[in-house]
Amino acid sequence: MEHTQGKLWEVFIQSKNNLPYKHAGSIHATDKEMAIQNARDLYTRRGEGRGIWVVPSDCIVASNPEDEESLFDPGVDKIYRHPTFYHMPDGAENI
Amino acid sequence: MTDKERLLQYCLRQGDTHIIFGYRLGEWCSKAHILEEDIALTNIALDHMGLGNAWLERAASVDSEKRSPDDLAYRRNEREYYNLLLAEQPNGNYANTIARQFLFDVYSVLYYSELLNSADDTLAGIAGKGLKEVRYHYKHSAQWVVRLGDGTVESHKKIQEAIDDMWRFTEELFEMDETDDIIAKSGVGVDVSGLKEAWKTQVSEVLEKATLSLPDHNLSRTGSKTGVHTEHLGHILAEMQYLPRAYPDAQW
Repeated sequence: MEHTQGKLWEVFIQSKNNLPYKHAGSIHATDKEMAIQNARDLYTRRGEGRGIWVVPSDCIVASNPEDEESLFDPGVDKIYRHPTFYHMPDGAENI
Repeated sequence: MTDKERLLQYCLRQGDTHIIFGYRLGEWCSKAHILEEDIALTNIALDHMGLGNAWLERAASVDSEKRSPDDLAYRRNEREYYNLLLAEQPNGNYANTIARQFLFDVYSVLYYSELLNSADDTLAGIAGKGLKEVRYHYKHSAQWVVRLGDGTVESHKKIQEAIDDMWRFTEELFEMDETDDIIAKSGVGVDVSGLKEAWKTQVSEVLEKATLSLPDHNLSRTGSKTGVHTEHLGHILAEMQYLPRAYPDAQW
């Protein structure tokens, strides 16, 4: 939606190097530079991140809530897909 | 003047400038045109307050009257405040604020880059921390100058008027008196008169990118080094110092 506040952008924050970026929220901005700055000012004020991605919200392709059952229910009863039968190797922090 | 008195004076000039910039930017809290900018400006205000506090702590450490940083901030009168006149200028519209910040931010990056080499460890430390912050302030204000200048007819007009208007307070950034001279020669402070050329070049580059022109007047107003201010500082101090003066025992 484009109006006086600029368009909507989704913000993803990486808390430490090598960790995945996580969705943090959204902001308004009129261009890329402003989007990064606004994301920095809103979502990393308390040291939450070392990296930022911003993506125009209308570039995100989302699943349709109506497809929820067919997309996700088939995975629910397949417990053998969970890695619960393995032991965490010593020293592995992020698996 | 003793060495300590001179250093006190020097630290007050820098500290006061940051405190007053911080106060002015804080006035935008809850009033900016979008939430994101509101937070950006108050973040920057807090950076200025932090830098101001660091300078006033150094000032307090050499003060023969043993005043604390809070005493220095809240118990000095207008004539004992030494902030740059630029800092106390009213927020006006958004372009006025951006112009004021931009002209200072360019200077500030140059200033702290030099202060990194200060013979005084505390000041060099302030520069190390400050430089990271003021570089961001510069990015923020310079991008807005370009956005407004190269934006609509109305935004172009407003930012050009604002730059023209603030211009008369920029000569003071590069002014040196005897105190500044001695502090600079001892390797503790910065010879700011030497920053003017680089400042003008950088300001010109951004203005050109913003399709704006350098002001064509040479009006200039100074006075802060001797505590002579524009009519605005008194109003700021009246509000800022009200609480600690009315309730001296008040605790945060």
